Amino acid sequence: MVGQKRLSKAVVILGFLFPSLAGLLLFQLIPMLSSAVISFTDWDLLTKARFVGLDNYREALQDEQTLTSMLNILKYIAGYLPSVLALGLLFAVLLNRKLRGVQFYRIAIFIPVITSWVAVSIIWRWLLNGQSGLVNYVLSLVGVQGPVWLQDFFWAMPAIIAVSVWKDLGYVTIILLAGLQDISDDYYEAATIDGAGGFQKFWRVTLPLLTPSLFFVLVISLINGFQLFDQVLVMTNGGPAGSTSTLVQQIYENAFQSYKMGFASAQSWILFVIILIVTIIQQQLQKRWVTYDR
Amino acid sequence: MTVKRKGWVAILGMTVALAASGCGSNTSNTDNGASNSNSNSNAANNSSTSPAPSGKTSEPVTIKFMQYTASGSQEETLQEMVKAFETANPDIKVKLDIVDYNNYYTKLNTQLASGDAPDVFEVGYENFVSYAAKNTLKDLTPIIAEDTSFKPEIYKGLAYDSFKYDGKQYGVVESFSDVVLFYNKDLFDQKQVAYPTADWTWKEELEAAQKLTDAKAGVWGTYSPIQFYEFYKTVAQNGGGIWGDDGKPTVNSKQNIEAFQWMLDKGGKYKVSPPLNDDTFNQPDADLNAFKSGKVAMLRAGIWNFGRFADASFKWDIALEPGNTNKAHHFFADGLVVAGKSKNAEAAWKFIKFMSSDPAVVSKRIEKGWSVPAVSDEKVMDAYFKQTPPESKKVVMDALETLVLTPVGPIPDKWSDLTKAIGDELEKAKLKPNYTAEQALNEAQKQVEKLMEK
Repeated sequence: MVGQKRLSKAVVILGFLFPSLAGLLLFQLIPMLSSAVISFTDWDLLTKARFVGLDNYREALQDEQTLTSMLNILKYIAGYLPSVLALGLLFAVLLNRKLRGVQFYRIAIFIPVITSWVAVSIIWRWLLNGQSGLVNYVLSLVGVQGPVWLQDFFWAMPAIIAVSVWKDLGYVTIILLAGLQDISDDYYEAATIDGAGGFQKFWRVTLPLLTPSLFFVLVISLINGFQLFDQVLVMTNGGPAGSTSTLVQQIYENAFQSYKMGFASAQSWILFVIILIVTIIQQQLQKRWVTYDR
Repeated sequence: MTVKRKGWVAILGMTVALAASGCGSNTSNTDNGASNSNSNSNAANNSSTSPAPSGKTSEPVTIKFMQYTASGSQEETLQEMVKAFETANPDIKVKLDIVDYNNYYTKLNTQLASGDAPDVFEVGYENFVSYAAKNTLKDLTPIIAEDTSFKPEIYKGLAYDSFKYDGKQYGVVESFSDVVLFYNKDLFDQKQVAYPTADWTWKEELEAAQKLTDAKAGVWGTYSPIQFYEFYKTVAQNGGGIWGDDGKPTVNSKQNIEAFQWMLDKGGKYKVSPPLNDDTFNQPDADLNAFKSGKVAMLRAGIWNFGRFADASFKWDIALEPGNTNKAHHFFADGLVVAGKSKNAEAAWKFIKFMSSDPAVVSKRIEKGWSVPAVSDEKVMDAYFKQTPPESKKVVMDALETLVLTPVGPIPDKWSDLTKAIGDELEKAKLKPNYTAEQALNEAQKQVEKLMEK
């Protein structure tokens, strides 16, 4: 009797879960699993797939372009992550004050976030045009001869980092702002009574209590960093000569331009494992620096 | 059963890379809406127009046809051609699918993989070799041998043979194009420079370009992009090439380095072309727009741009490209092929024959200014020559005598890797300070050798 009741309950639950579960299975899990299978073959869409064992993985880990793109990603993250977190924190603290028109500033900083990456990238490509772009024009007013940003082997990556920080800043700021507003005034009152100054309040109260939000933003930004694609594809297409190419872009090119499905699937899994490892490490480290007050 | 299973795998394959790497889905299906509605409306047309002939009892066959060259401006022309075919062959219906070039090969390959391939589809020569090498096309040789009414002589010999692979005829050339030197007559007149002639070499081109360049007015003497396609042609103009006669790569030969140096020097040393890192000129079509606005005196460009320049505000003409030790011109051919798994090969063959050589189709192609049909009939071609500008339209044909085919070499299945390996090195030499032409080509040679080992 009890067993039957439990069964019918399970059916009801499954029934309600079915719509989202079906989507998850069909468009996420099954493709993921089949990509795992494909990654062990040399499938090129046209000829019959042959099982090649770990060849794709071995090749990918020795492939110069794959390694360059990983290196590029690390460069990107090294520039992007600290800047977006530091600036996000700065703006969150600024926007948490009782300024006149603070609502307007909060909206303004969030606008780039909801704009399409492709549109933004195209506009920045114009702004950064070496000969006729606005950025170099402004620089020339103060006597600086700007580089041809997106075609310069050194400056292309910093330019992409800067545009990405500009676009993602609003997102980070809003999350941190919510975190700030979640901090109870009691702590600040207590700190004031204890005689803490403004800086000490920030350092001893605000920052520790903000760490859960900071942790969330850090994880999300890092994953986004590893998946860098849209802005690179539009702004430089990986150029000049591969110096801004990224792993996702390599996957896209191998799969949909060279039709090396097996190789591209292997690269996808390598990316997946990297992100997984980094996230696990972060989860472990969070115990050391993230404070949950409740 | 197997067909079905493969379809499943293909759908998965499409979603694989996107899902696994989690990068949004905005890249894949952009073309579907437009092309599907296109083919649907056409299918509707078909069923209403061609009634089954009373004499025959057999059911009409439907062949699927996919192509890209009509996309953008010639959809209606193509539909008229297809309708003409259906009227002439009431027992065959054609389901048409026009896809824009950027999405064409992705869609085609997915369909081939899923076993749902079009019976007849269009390929460019460089891709044709790769499809033939992968055994995905139907060998038409026996069908052609049986067709007594078919005469290969009606096509230009070389263009017809370019769709032959391993001694077998896999397709028929439909149209072709090449690249020639466009020049702005008004600019030449202003500076009193003589127009380019067939015997010009790089030396004469440089001398003229130096007189024609007017930095203050933003006018450049000559321009050609620095990329892989331009490279393999330019080295041929200096007696070089990507592949030696023995099938080994010769990317860093002395002739190639010299030729590449010349490509770089026009912008770098002589300053008769825009600076190598000019952002605007590195955007797609920027060179064509610059020519059309009178900012470039000599431009190497494809003959498919005749229409684009037809309403230019100055007089222009075309000439053979100046070479150094040799003459060399790009040659691109589009042909129609039949999928290896097609069950309607006979009908498909009839359609291919019609689309590439029927007089009505050929003259419509010319009349609409679409492309150059590859037929050798002088009378038909006369109509093409009479369309001006440019006045020297015969140059289009003269260029064919010194054409270079796309250098697929012994690794036709790795065409895109080859293009990228060499292209990246060209870009480095172009943009990286102190990275010489020789260094770049040495490195490119190494990359190509590596490709061959795999």
